[in-house]
Amino acid sequence: MTSGSFLDRMRTGLWRENPGLVQLLGLCPLLAVTSTFVNGLGLGIATLVVLTCSNVLVSATRRWIRQEIRIPIYVLIIASLVTCIELIFKAWFPALDRSLGIFIPLIVTNCAIVARAELFASRNSVVASFFDGIGMGAGFALLLMVVGFFRELIGKGSIFSDFDMLLGGEPVRGLVLVDGGWLLAILPPGAFFSLALAVALKNHFDRKRDIARRASMPRDLRRSDGST
Amino acid sequence: MSSGVIKGGVTLAAMAAICTLLVAATYQLTADRIAANERAWLERSLEPALSGVFFEGSVTESKVVIPPPHDLPGNDTAIVYRVFAEEAPVAALFAVTARDGYAGSIRILVGVGIDGTVTGVRIVEHRETPGLGDRIDQSRSDWVYQFDGRSLGNPVEANWLLEVDGGEFDQLTGASVTPRAVIKAIRDTLIYFDAHRDEIFTMPASEEQQ
Repeated sequence: MTSGSFLDRMRTGLWRENPGLVQLLGLCPLLAVTSTFVNGLGLGIATLVVLTCSNVLVSATRRWIRQEIRIPIYVLIIASLVTCIELIFKAWFPALDRSLGIFIPLIVTNCAIVARAELFASRNSVVASFFDGIGMGAGFALLLMVVGFFRELIGKGSIFSDFDMLLGGEPVRGLVLVDGGWLLAILPPGAFFSLALAVALKNHFDRKRDIARRASMPRDLRRSDGST
Repeated sequence: MSSGVIKGGVTLAAMAAICTLLVAATYQLTADRIAANERAWLERSLEPALSGVFFEGSVTESKVVIPPPHDLPGNDTAIVYRVFAEEAPVAALFAVTARDGYAGSIRILVGVGIDGTVTGVRIVEHRETPGLGDRIDQSRSDWVYQFDGRSLGNPVEANWLLEVDGGEFDQLTGASVTPRAVIKAIRDTLIYFDAHRDEIFTMPASEEQQ
């Protein structure tokens, strides 16, 4: 594996095929826990770890797993990993565990994880699957953090509140810019609006880049109209 | 073909065994820490409901489990932590549930001094609407502190209501179902304490420690 393919996997996970923005997978946790940045970060890290480990395990065992039993095997691997992560959170980040609540065990049902096992890890080498897990996990985590950041900013008027849930120690109120905010952003509709905005922005950037690329192409290669 | 079935079964069984081992090992590694965390968290969450009470030892030491049916709010097992100083009872902490909130049940901690006054109320768990009903939560507003020092005679039982209902307690703008449920739960706890005071402190402590 060259570093070029690692970068490529990262680019794929973070942007080109971002599980949240493009594949629209794992929407339930994405919409539910992103009321603050710290919540997004916590669930993002948990998902990243589970996704990477499950990718590695699925890829490492792919030679022995018969086609017919692959789904139960994936379920087994993912469920065990999530249980371990849940125990680790309970032991070392009890406050965060309490804040994320049911969404840690529910990582099991995150379609992004089973989708990567089926689409990528079961067909590629361990190293490539590892990179893929990191890329896809980071893509998902980053989206959780961005959505959490803006929902917290708009809904509560603060930045990075409750960081003590990750680091321990005294309660942290974060950077309070305004006391109280526009409540809608924290309520469920706010989650849908934020995600829609994020998807729209991504499509907008892609479109712009496409147009720029086409404009810089030699004339004879250019398509007659803008659409592909 | 049957050998294929056997092979598949063996693979599944082997994977199941490996995964079980993984989970069991993690559990072994984390069990003590988790238990310690839960105990610490419990203590930390109980103590604020005992403001102004001098007591000895840990709050969780003398616990009584009261199975339903009982007259406490909620209809599942209620937990009472008894607090002593020099062997004499000084307060009791009730972990009760209000079932008539706006969204699911509200778990409340009510501290009652030996004389029947409220030493503190804390909301332990709820799913009330953010920005409206969730202001019962001490992390969202000071609403819950107005019960400190109150008792069944202050105000009289009939006035344990929101101001809007003709009672003495502050309301929360935009939310009425939630605070009503909390007030009712506190009042019922006080009534129960009044009726069963001696019984509560003489009951043998429940064996299992959390």
